[in-house]
Amino acid sequence: MDWLIAPFRFGFMQSALVAALLVGIVCASIGVYVVLRRMAFIGDALSHTILPGVVMAYLHGWSLPGGALVAGLATALGIGWLSRREAIREDTAIGVVFTGMFALGVLLMSTARSFRDFSHILFGNILGVTGADLRLMGLMTVSVLALLVLFHKELELTSFDPTHAEVIGLKASWLRYLLLILLAFAVVSSIQVVGVVMTSALLITPAAAASLLTHRLWRMTVIAVGVAVLSGLIGLYASFYANASSGAAIVLACTGFFMLAWAWHALHQRLSQPQIEDVWN
Amino acid sequence: MFPYSHRVHQDAVPDAPALQVCDLVAAYPGTRRLALKGVTLCVPIGARVALVGHNGAGKSTLLKAVAGLLPVRSGSIAIYGNPPGACHHRVAYLPQRREIDWRFPITLRKLVLTGRYVHLGWLKRPTREDWQIADAMIDQLDLSDLRHRQIGQLSGGQQQRALLARALAQEAELLLLDEPLNAVDAETRTMMIQLLQMLRQEGKTVITATHDLGRLETDFDGALYLAEGREVEPPPGTFSGMKVGVLA
Repeated sequence: MDWLIAPFRFGFMQSALVAALLVGIVCASIGVYVVLRRMAFIGDALSHTILPGVVMAYLHGWSLPGGALVAGLATALGIGWLSRREAIREDTAIGVVFTGMFALGVLLMSTARSFRDFSHILFGNILGVTGADLRLMGLMTVSVLALLVLFHKELELTSFDPTHAEVIGLKASWLRYLLLILLAFAVVSSIQVVGVVMTSALLITPAAAASLLTHRLWRMTVIAVGVAVLSGLIGLYASFYANASSGAAIVLACTGFFMLAWAWHALHQRLSQPQIEDVWN
Repeated sequence: MFPYSHRVHQDAVPDAPALQVCDLVAAYPGTRRLALKGVTLCVPIGARVALVGHNGAGKSTLLKAVAGLLPVRSGSIAIYGNPPGACHHRVAYLPQRREIDWRFPITLRKLVLTGRYVHLGWLKRPTREDWQIADAMIDQLDLSDLRHRQIGQLSGGQQQRALLARALAQEAELLLLDEPLNAVDAETRTMMIQLLQMLRQEGKTVITATHDLGRLETDFDGALYLAEGREVEPPPGTFSGMKVGVLA
């Protein structure tokens, strides 16, 4: 079993391990809400739209996470604001903003010397995590978790019954903005690990797998975090031993867990078919 | 401590009716068609009033406007003498079943508990008393065995009872029920009708949207007939009871 422990004798692997843990926790716990509220598309869009912010920051020598955060927050608020208008449908608004911002990012990249400089932003590189990255991820994880716990009751209610929330004076749109902002935090903290192109997989796939296995919110969150953290570890080993792209390996591991959950769910449904009919009749 | 609404809780105006609606005009956001075209209604405290009409007549719209879910274009609404939203805990609204995401991973007990949230506001967690009230309502609606079941695994009648249990847990004075007896089993129906009678004894005011003309006389004190967003004369031979609208 030495091959399991050996990689962590290196400092960069220890940093990568902490990064995998933090990003798994933050993305999966917020991902549960993203999946339950059917916001998968917005999560995907948000991770792509931070590209111009990151590229701009890189070209001007500003802080990369800072640029990402500004672009992420601008998109989160922009989409939230656009979707309040009835003139265009929300998914259309997201489609327009998402592709426009991503194209702007690509255009900015093409004005720089080469695309190579940006491959770690696009696809992530968990082995290149620095101390500063870790501090940022830690800060993001703590803030996201704290806010999720503080506003859990309201997030839950506005997710399944926004009408009741409005009747008691609780504005569902505020919680939506809060979730979009937390989503921006999660995305920013995971760019280094899986890159902008695949971040949404870390948000959505673990939570989707967990949603197939349980009907309890807290269990779903625990399972999703477990899947994300395990996938992070698998990606880490794949990077270390096979020199594979860490982002891709992590995402594929998530997909693998999802397929296992799907198989279990299908099997369980087939076995308990008569009981389920019983419930519905 | 930190209420959801920034408006201050206001006391009921003495001698004001439970609900006074004057010449109310309302439309759904983003649409031009008026869903209510000048409706007037007065419901005294403790009355049970039915809003009767076909689908699209404006029954649900009127309840939504009173619940503060729709902006008022013109006219006025006064609940115990105050504008809608002045005192959220005084009004409970029972939505139609389709307004809720029944697939959400939450138990029946937690759903009923959300009826207490208006008394909690931001950051405060439900107390033991809140759980006790929720459990008492669950018992009252004969849902005790199902309290830990996920809400999507309940039958239609059980879901409707769960929503009523939540409305009761809110301990509101004015209950707005949108088609509570629509597509429910006989057992649920009987139970809900008994509960509505009990609420009347407690002095609560209940306004119910229905398109069922059958039991109006026994279950209600008065009725307002609606068609295309306006009050209409009761069809010949139907129940009208206490005068709540402008027409006879």
